[in-house]
Amino acid sequence: MEHIEIFNRLRQQFGEEVVLEHVVTGDEAKGFRDPYILLKTESLAEVARFLKDDEALAFDMLHCISGVDWPEYFESVYHLFSFKHRHMATLKVRTSKDDPKVPSVTSVWPAADWHERESYDLVGIRYEGHPDLTRILLPEEWEGHPLRKDYETPTHEHLRELGL
Amino acid sequence: MVIPAQPKPLQGEPMVIYMGPQHPSTHGVLQVELHTDGEIVNRAIPRIGFLHRCKEKIGESVPYDAYVPYTDRMDYLAAMNTNWAWASAVEKLAAIEVPERAEYIRVYVAEFNRIASHLVALATYGLDLGAWTPLLHAFRERESVLDILEELSGGRLCFGYMRIGGVANDITPRSIEMGKAFLKQFRAKLDSLNELLSFNHIFIRRAANIGVIPGEQAIAYGMTGPMLRASGVDWDMRRDEPYSIYPKLNFDVPVGQGLKGKTGDNWDRYWVRVQEMYESMKILEQVIDGLPEGEFRAKVPAILRPPAAEVYCRQECPRGEVAFYLISDGGKTPYRMKVRGPSFCNLSILETISKDMLIADLVSTLGSFDIVMGEVDR
Repeated sequence: MEHIEIFNRLRQQFGEEVVLEHVVTGDEAKGFRDPYILLKTESLAEVARFLKDDEALAFDMLHCISGVDWPEYFESVYHLFSFKHRHMATLKVRTSKDDPKVPSVTSVWPAADWHERESYDLVGIRYEGHPDLTRILLPEEWEGHPLRKDYETPTHEHLRELGL
Repeated sequence: MVIPAQPKPLQGEPMVIYMGPQHPSTHGVLQVELHTDGEIVNRAIPRIGFLHRCKEKIGESVPYDAYVPYTDRMDYLAAMNTNWAWASAVEKLAAIEVPERAEYIRVYVAEFNRIASHLVALATYGLDLGAWTPLLHAFRERESVLDILEELSGGRLCFGYMRIGGVANDITPRSIEMGKAFLKQFRAKLDSLNELLSFNHIFIRRAANIGVIPGEQAIAYGMTGPMLRASGVDWDMRRDEPYSIYPKLNFDVPVGQGLKGKTGDNWDRYWVRVQEMYESMKILEQVIDGLPEGEFRAKVPAILRPPAAEVYCRQECPRGEVAFYLISDGGKTPYRMKVRGPSFCNLSILETISKDMLIADLVSTLGSFDIVMGEVDR
């Protein structure tokens, strides 16, 4: 199924308030690249369940989750793949800078477990409903989230204070 | 002489053992927290991050072409393949056409690197289970492969050979001769390695019927590559979502069939890798025969400024699908880059399948995963 058809199917099921937008990145002059579907953050788990269970979509594999720090909001990006239909989809949800919270999809795709922990560790998005949301790559006592744009790289003195 | 008192009976209390990060069978700096009851593993929790080098943060601060050497150090056993995955992600983002000759050279080095990587995988797997000799045989063959790659790139482990739009140097007649000579004798060597290790009765007893992962579970945990195929899922990016010149090449995709036990057990994972080496040889023979004349690198601007857009580009590497997610804001460096490492995803299933296993079987299972910590931790 083409990406726009996946979007239409989701729109038909959940309506405009949940399935917000279909965006093709790039521009007219330099060519278009990969598209994505923007979802309402609170409805993510519900939409994810539908994406997996629906016969026509059947997204059985979660390929990757990436957290992105934009100037006005954080984004959690989901790359999905279906072995049955051999199509891919990209979903995005946005969350506020002050209190970044996104529903967890671990109950839908167990693969989300480590990806969500990584995104929490490096970008600092909290995945609500995750069974064990702890740091995965950095030590437990690490301060800050390195992939945020305002992150200040610690100096050697600072690391020594932390005992690292 | 002091006669020891009556030995105490075993306590039978649960015990926590930390396996790694310097344990030889964890293949790098992985720590597995074992909750054991005698010899039985109640829970095995992988702890990762010992080799974390902020690859994604670095990626945001260096130009696209300068990031190639960093990708070497992710999956350092298959550096060519990771190099290539990065190069093709940037080419997709910047819409760069790659000359056909460059694509042939890329397949040439990538498939040789796949052989080298799988040789390490099965040699160290044998080593984990106590078989010393196959390691020496496999590493001798790997040396010949590394010689070929060294002839082209100058490196033996981290090559940095790919460039955005092609490769660093043109292929040399000598490297083709070396490749031909290697392929001529390797099939027989691999056959003898099979007799030595693959069909060894003790080896089969240690590997078959252990660590069984059904296909559906493999998909749910996002497993890719030989681990996914060993579980009976017939999927290979090179054939099913072909990129580069793979549509022109003729090869089969080996899938786990449970020859010695159940589909998706440790032996199947091992066996899929052995068969993939035979397929890589087929590919290489076709590449040598079909190598066209032409440019080995496209003309690419010295400072690359791709348009503000996003791409997600994945490729079949020896351990599974490496994917790069690139977000450009039109500048010299990516706004955000994310690496999806196959070992990272493959390892995440360990806790689920290792329940109620013997510790010795856990070592066998972990060995069959063929993880590279450089890419798990990035």
